[in-house]
Amino acid sequence: MDTFIGRYRNLIVLAAILFAQIIGLAIQVRRPSDVGETRLIRLWAVSAVTPVESAVIHSQEWVKNLWTTYIYLHGVRRENRQLRAQLEQMKIEEARLSEDARMARRVQTLLAFKEQYVDSTVAAQVIGTSGSDQSRVLYIDKGSSDGIATDMAVITPTGIVGKIVQVFPDSAQVLPINDQFSGVGAALKDSRLQGILKGGANGTTTLQYIMSDEKVVPGEDVITSGGDRIFPKGLPVGKVVSAEPGKDLFLNIRVIPAARLDQLEEVLVVTKITEKMPDAKDLAPLRASDILAERLPTVPTKTEVDAAGNAKPGSATTTPAGTTAAGQTATHPPAAGAVVKPGATGVTANKPVSAATTLRATPAGTTPGTNGVAKPKPATPANGAAAPKPKPANGTAANNATDTNGTSAPKQETKPAPEPAPSAPSEQPSTPPTGAPPQP
Amino acid sequence: MSTRVMPFRGSVTSREQVSVFEFSWPVLVFVPLVAVLIQIFIPVKVRFMPIVDLPFMVTIFFATARRNPISGCLTGCFIGLIQDLFAGPSHPLGMYGIALTVVGYLASSLGVKIDVENPGTRFLITFGFFGVHQGVYYGVAHGLLRQGVQWNWSHIAISALANAIIGIFVYKFLDRFKQR
Repeated sequence: MDTFIGRYRNLIVLAAILFAQIIGLAIQVRRPSDVGETRLIRLWAVSAVTPVESAVIHSQEWVKNLWTTYIYLHGVRRENRQLRAQLEQMKIEEARLSEDARMARRVQTLLAFKEQYVDSTVAAQVIGTSGSDQSRVLYIDKGSSDGIATDMAVITPTGIVGKIVQVFPDSAQVLPINDQFSGVGAALKDSRLQGILKGGANGTTTLQYIMSDEKVVPGEDVITSGGDRIFPKGLPVGKVVSAEPGKDLFLNIRVIPAARLDQLEEVLVVTKITEKMPDAKDLAPLRASDILAERLPTVPTKTEVDAAGNAKPGSATTTPAGTTAAGQTATHPPAAGAVVKPGATGVTANKPVSAATTLRATPAGTTPGTNGVAKPKPATPANGAAAPKPKPANGTAANNATDTNGTSAPKQETKPAPEPAPSAPSEQPSTPPTGAPPQP
Repeated sequence: MSTRVMPFRGSVTSREQVSVFEFSWPVLVFVPLVAVLIQIFIPVKVRFMPIVDLPFMVTIFFATARRNPISGCLTGCFIGLIQDLFAGPSHPLGMYGIALTVVGYLASSLGVKIDVENPGTRFLITFGFFGVHQGVYYGVAHGLLRQGVQWNWSHIAISALANAIIGIFVYKFLDRFKQR
């Protein structure tokens, strides 16, 4: 027996050590939560190491700041000029986007849509990593004493980074989105397809669970969907690099993260997310007529003019004031879907209108005549003005704006109705009340 | 300072006797700790650092220098468990421990049979044992813990090559701590 043990002593020791570790693994797997000895020993190890790392990182940052802020200022003026020019461009862009944002908020308010807002964040410095290729966790220099808790989102201005998985008194562990144990609810920005962004063993990120019959274009932006209840909706995640058919009827969509996960130095931990209604107090008051006008059906506006210059039957677009628009469209055709506002005082818009706008008004008392002449209904026009008499389409349209023979009259701007019109006659129930905001 | 000369059987080296080196206990404790500390600190600043595995190199170095399978096991176990401590909650303690225990045992067993002082031999040992290390880790993660770990041949080959090249310089530096 002694000979056996002596001969295989090395192997026996190896087997004993491996066995002990496997038993340890089994115990931890049975109790995967962060309780017990494992949690405590990790706490000790991290607490012992992070002060050293933190001191090294901060002293390095101090030296770097001293150099870049006070000594090495080469190219700062040029960069300043470029940034100023960029700022000017951004101001213009911001003015355009703010109008869209106001409109979106109005719609969200109408729909009682709740938005998630990043209420408060804590800036943190990345001080360490897991040190292995299999795990990509990061350590930051803020912990429970700074209000950090598990499952908080970690972001940068360029994109999301990951979430907090373990918290220590003065540090915390971040699971980045490219770790193979990470999963983030994400959506494609344009097509709004939702999936789960998962990390791979070699640090790649893929968007999974999108059916292979969907069309996904490389270059499309990926944003958070908010479905994981960790990241607020709409934060940038990355860009689609490639989309190939994968297994199990799903696409294999490779995504490059928006945040540079391999060069992180400072991150923001989202400590508070509030869910509230969009703030619409600074918006213009919304009138019932606006809402109604949005919901009303549209009128097709194909205007055709025959060789004689007369508008063809059924092709005239009527205006609220009881006049035909056929004459105008012959010379200044509105783009498809142009807006003809109700409440115009007999003078129709003569300018080409943006194609983006929507036709949403119906006439307040006219129907197109068979020869292109508007036949006014016996109703009072929406704006309260006297109903115009029928006019031939040979250039004597009610608004006198355009001669359908080809001679165009001087352009006239549409004037908005000054007062809300009385209700439309009963035979035209779809006629909107006037008072819609004037078209600029 | 102590050096033993160990005769050994089944040697594939031309030398009949190979030196067995000893290390002071502070070196045995602090060199692995510093290696792990550097490993978790440097990747913040150096992008390619995660493919370099300093604790693995230190395990190989101590195992081959001491030429004792039992001490090789223990060294690997010690270094691996320290590495496990920082690897995140998804890595239970023991995954790197088991992998480096096996590597330490095999490296010290090999060190008994061949001359491992030569840079070429060190390159080959490091290259080969990196694959063993990854294989054992994959076996533990996939086989025992059912984790969805992917095996990427090209990535492992590149990492093994990088570790083998850098390992030559690391071993050269660590040779200073040998006691003759």
